[in-house]
Amino acid sequence: MFAFIISRILQALPVMLTVALISFAMFAYVGDPVAIMLGQDFTEAQRQALVKDLGLDQPFWVQFGTFLGNAVQGEFGLSYRLSRPVSDLIAERAPATLELAFTAAFLALLIGVPLGVYTGLYRNSWASRFFLTFSLVGVSLPTFLIGILLILVFAVWLGVLPSFGRGDTVKLGWWSTGFLTWTGIKALVLPSITLGLFQLTLIMRLVRAEMLEVLRADYIKFARARGLPNRAVHFGHALKNTLVPVITIVGLQLGAIIAFAIVTETVFQWPGMGLLFIQSVNQADIPVMAAYLLLISALFVTINLIVDLLYYAVDPRLRIGRGQGAH
Amino acid sequence: MSGQNPLLEVRNLRVEFPTRRGTLVALDDVSFTISAGEVLGVVGESGAGKSMTGAAIIGLLEPPGRIAAGEIRLDGKRIDNLRYEDMRRIRGKDIGAIFQDPLTTLNPLYTVGRQLAETMTTHLPITPAEARKRAIGWLDLVGIPAAAQRIDSYPHEFSGGMRQRVVIALALCAEPRLIVADEPTTALDVSIQAQIIALLKSLAREKGTAMMLVTHDMGVIAETADRVAVMYAGRIAEIGPVRNVVKQASHPYTVGLMGSIPPLDRRVDRLAQIDGAMPRLSAIPKGCAYNPRCPKAFARCTQDRPDLLPAGATQAACWLYAEGEAGNG
Repeated sequence: MFAFIISRILQALPVMLTVALISFAMFAYVGDPVAIMLGQDFTEAQRQALVKDLGLDQPFWVQFGTFLGNAVQGEFGLSYRLSRPVSDLIAERAPATLELAFTAAFLALLIGVPLGVYTGLYRNSWASRFFLTFSLVGVSLPTFLIGILLILVFAVWLGVLPSFGRGDTVKLGWWSTGFLTWTGIKALVLPSITLGLFQLTLIMRLVRAEMLEVLRADYIKFARARGLPNRAVHFGHALKNTLVPVITIVGLQLGAIIAFAIVTETVFQWPGMGLLFIQSVNQADIPVMAAYLLLISALFVTINLIVDLLYYAVDPRLRIGRGQGAH
Repeated sequence: MSGQNPLLEVRNLRVEFPTRRGTLVALDDVSFTISAGEVLGVVGESGAGKSMTGAAIIGLLEPPGRIAAGEIRLDGKRIDNLRYEDMRRIRGKDIGAIFQDPLTTLNPLYTVGRQLAETMTTHLPITPAEARKRAIGWLDLVGIPAAAQRIDSYPHEFSGGMRQRVVIALALCAEPRLIVADEPTTALDVSIQAQIIALLKSLAREKGTAMMLVTHDMGVIAETADRVAVMYAGRIAEIGPVRNVVKQASHPYTVGLMGSIPPLDRRVDRLAQIDGAMPRLSAIPKGCAYNPRCPKAFARCTQDRPDLLPAGATQAACWLYAEGEAGNG
């Protein structure tokens, strides 16, 4: 197991290096940081000084090495736009995005899995048909439209939920949380539904398809023939066998929720990393973009590692080397 | 069978599959009994309705299949019209089942010990600790070496033959009085088949469990069964004591079936075969379903459908054995 984790981390290294190279390349090819920082009026001497100061006169590989070394220490330089350390900006924004993403993922799982099981078991019932139709809406409507519609209904017409922002937050160390205040929780409702709806319907349809497949399996028929109660057959035997593909998708989707919360954060002016990123793109704030890119790929790599470990927990057939078949 | 109540009584069972092109009759007028401790072999070609009969008895017909007529009684009580939950309590507890392919019948994600314990705690008033102890006992009984160590193994850690032993333990662990074994050896190596059959036979005898043994292997039937039912196109063609059916078959189909088994004691150039193929369910001929292939068919066979008639020591659904008909009846 330990060896497995080590080998996966080694495999992740080239991925991270490649992403780092791409992030770094942005500095060289997306705009000219020197021109951006100097503004309109400058002398050639000032320019030379800045180039030297930023280390841009060094060879490419030396610059890349410095970038890597700093990145490993969580040091991504100063934001061009805000003139503050990028690491501070991200640390400030990350809690908002992570709380939103995990709430959305939690909602999607909590509602999506049971609905998937239900529609798989009773696939011809009136309710199943309704849920399937509704899920098509979730899958096909774009996120920004859902967000705007929710704002229209709940913030403008009914006036029960806020249309933007995070509400009041409470500081727990450097982490600012919205879970502990009433306005914070109210502010989470619409964005998390907007962000989670697609995932919810995706999980529901996936669980349903897997359930339909698994319910035909011989071991389900045999479990019924052994007289096990329906609850044990459906949730113990059938659902557990659907988990491997479901974990895969949920893991990837969790990464996607965090990385692509951009649209939702923009619609709801949610002070998270996505909003920070989109503002940085507008102003070619390359240090922030590079850091964001690296962070998100590290996140994907980590989630994939966790997903792989979960496979092991769920499916004993993958635990090779532990006891051989008796032939 | 006269006097005492049979353990299982199937009477005029008819199973239908409604399809878009009309209703298919998968089983028609099937009647037989199994006494306590008796082994009934059920043989026939693929699609003759052997497995369907087993599925109907344990109440697990694949939808849209349904019992359209007739009744199934266990100990005199009807079980074919029970609600799902009531039938569930009978499955595993009173009627155990063994399926064809041990590689797919066990849930891959649970240890064999857990699957055994879960079956026992569902049906018997025992604690999980007691269930685990008994699970080890059952694994030992079905011939799994080092049962106490193997109880926490997963199905994929066992070979096919060993897995079928586990399946047998699962079918027997709540001590049912009847086992429906649907081709329990078909998916196994020939060398393992005999072991599994011997195990089933000895356990059934030891526990006094009756068995309905579905197979198309006449050797297994001759070895194991007390009586045998021969099925053809959804009906029973002949039923009787195994010795008589094998040695002095009455129904022309049974005669053909027995004739197609290669003899071991002499060399034959060509195996006997029955011309033609069993009709599809959608095209069962009028009269006796076997009449187009039957060497002894006569006028009545193409008109009326024969019921089981006494024919020597067995009963055969054949007009040859009707009073006053031509033939040797």
